[in-house]
Amino acid sequence: MTDGTTPDRTPSERADVCVVGAGPAGALVAHRLASDGRDVVILEAGERFDFADRTERMERAIRPAHHPHSVWEMGGERDAYTAAGERSYPLNAARVKGVGGTTLHWQGMVMRFRESDFEPWPIDYRDLRPYYAEAESLLGVAGADDNPFGPPREEPFPLPAFEPSHSDSVFAEACERLGVAMHSVPNARNSEGYDGRSACVGYGTCKPVCPSGAKYSADHHVERAESEGARVIDRAPVQRLEHDAAGDRVTAAVYAAPDGRTHRQEAREFVLAAGGVETPRLLLLSESSAYPDGLANSSGAVGRYFMDHLFAGMGGTIDRETRQNHVGFITSECHQFYDDPTRGTDGPAGGVPEWSGDGPEPGPLKLEFLNYAGPSPVETALAGDEWGDDLLDSLRESYGDSIAMGGLVGQRPRKENRIALDRSTTDDHGNPVPEIHWQLDDRTEATLRRANEIQAAILDELGVEVSWTVGPEATGPAFHHMGTTRMGLDPESSVVNPRLRTHDLRNLAIASSGVFVTSGALNPTLTIAALALKAADHVDERL
Amino acid sequence: MELSRRDALAALAAGGVTVGATAALDGNPFDGGDEPAPDRPSPEERLDALVAVADVVYPAEVSGVEEFVRRYALGRVEDREGYRDGIVDALDTLDEYARTWHDADFRALDAETRESVLDQMAVDDADPDPDGSDRERVRYYAVNELLYALYTSPTGGELVGIENPQGHPGGATSYRRGPGE
Repeated sequence: MTDGTTPDRTPSERADVCVVGAGPAGALVAHRLASDGRDVVILEAGERFDFADRTERMERAIRPAHHPHSVWEMGGERDAYTAAGERSYPLNAARVKGVGGTTLHWQGMVMRFRESDFEPWPIDYRDLRPYYAEAESLLGVAGADDNPFGPPREEPFPLPAFEPSHSDSVFAEACERLGVAMHSVPNARNSEGYDGRSACVGYGTCKPVCPSGAKYSADHHVERAESEGARVIDRAPVQRLEHDAAGDRVTAAVYAAPDGRTHRQEAREFVLAAGGVETPRLLLLSESSAYPDGLANSSGAVGRYFMDHLFAGMGGTIDRETRQNHVGFITSECHQFYDDPTRGTDGPAGGVPEWSGDGPEPGPLKLEFLNYAGPSPVETALAGDEWGDDLLDSLRESYGDSIAMGGLVGQRPRKENRIALDRSTTDDHGNPVPEIHWQLDDRTEATLRRANEIQAAILDELGVEVSWTVGPEATGPAFHHMGTTRMGLDPESSVVNPRLRTHDLRNLAIASSGVFVTSGALNPTLTIAALALKAADHVDERL
Repeated sequence: MELSRRDALAALAAGGVTVGATAALDGNPFDGGDEPAPDRPSPEERLDALVAVADVVYPAEVSGVEEFVRRYALGRVEDREGYRDGIVDALDTLDEYARTWHDADFRALDAETRESVLDQMAVDDADPDPDGSDRERVRYYAVNELLYALYTSPTGGELVGIENPQGHPGGATSYRRGPGE
């Protein structure tokens, strides 16, 4: 603090490492390197949120008067963007800028990618396996080794899994009759107290706010990094990176402070951890005579191959109580169709039929059994046009018998799906905003249809009266931004090498889902965390 | 079902107010310490007005409403002068409409007439907005304030059939129980 109230946002005189972004990747990189005795500075575009305000943020999420963006101060001129693809892309719906990043808002589902997911990558599951184990320990993953379709693991999860829900038990009857497997879900959520954070107390609002702190969020490791000597400069959006005359090394990150001043943070190593949209944007904004198409972009791949996961879902009502909305997280999934989505199943009452659709074969998919199907009574009460006995009657009518399944499908990397710069629109600092080119291909749509087919078979076996379906027409993104700074061995076609260092600059690493080569169909954050730890090790080796 | 002191504490927790289990929660939420102007409602009259709104928007089968509302409002406005002003302003607005249409303050009206005032203001159709029009502010600071308190409390949840409603930290075991367990 310079005057007791205003944080000092001037650069550190000497820094070994400058990390851009204080989300999960940046937090884990900073924590690891600071723990190793390195001088670390984190530059974060957003603010540092006060933990004590979380219940008020939850109230904003529940009460209809408040825009969802207000929960974590998302959107506005700072976060402006344009969507230029066939489909609009709601970038700010789930992306948080601030200390903790999007883990403040996320659902907290943390699976390891399967071995098959790594086939096109220059690293494989064995390379990441020790980092996965460490990431599970750091995030405090609650899980059980009961997934017959999961990758091999030799150590137990650090926390016991959350027990299946009553709703899961309803699904289990139909799944057993159809030969469909159910298993637990690894959650970055404390099933018991862990690492100084509370056990889950059941607020039921995990996404977008966990008031108790039981759901992991990366502000936890930012604080740990600070206790190891790292320094965080918040509200300091990086404007561009500067490099030396030879174009071999980054020399400084130029950032803006709230007082209108601009600073240069120099360091020996730089790690970009600003997510799959802002990281490529920063590289593109850092164009120079040596890198006229953007820094670290001699391959032309920066911003290209943008991928997300798509939601497929189906739900309705059933003639029994399902007891939804007690908690805001999932306790059971099905990965049975992941490697072979065309397969059918056999059970005592028949099974899920094999894929018989025309067109391209579907790709990987996972299925979710939701614990928050149907309306939440309090949200219904606040948004309705009744009160008193009439309202109570309506709430009783609408709550209790809902049931639903969700699922994620992946996208193949396609060059035309990309993050570019929209030079006609600028943000609050006059920089061109990200321009998102995003569309679905036939295979992704086929995978969504296949997910719906399986969901329909299970819900039909249960006798559910289906009232909604989200398939190819109504689908939306899961806000998992991947592929835009892809990893590879060939500098002609990729941005970073298997050590997560850019091919072009010797002291610039990227820790982000941007380095993913393919998307798989599993939630990406544990893989982001594992890659961040790997990146940190390689940075440490270079120092 | 009776709304208890525990319900008030739980509802306050859902709104970001942490009150110790042994906290007294005594007093009047609208007692600012100064003597109110002669033409302004007293703290007691304001509390009566908020309870009068609760009598309309809460279902008939809940009891203990007056104490629940008093305790809840007390916790909600503590150290939040602006929020208290918002509630006071909404209640004053209700009184203005009540006096215009029925020559009496809202709290003095019978139950049927109170409901008709909210209906005539079209509060039921209003979008809640703390900075909005008269009916939008009444919806936000009075009606939705009270509904949020009720339906994030254990008793309010049980009325609907969910003993751990969203917003209430009721533990991570109820989701596992079947009906009637």
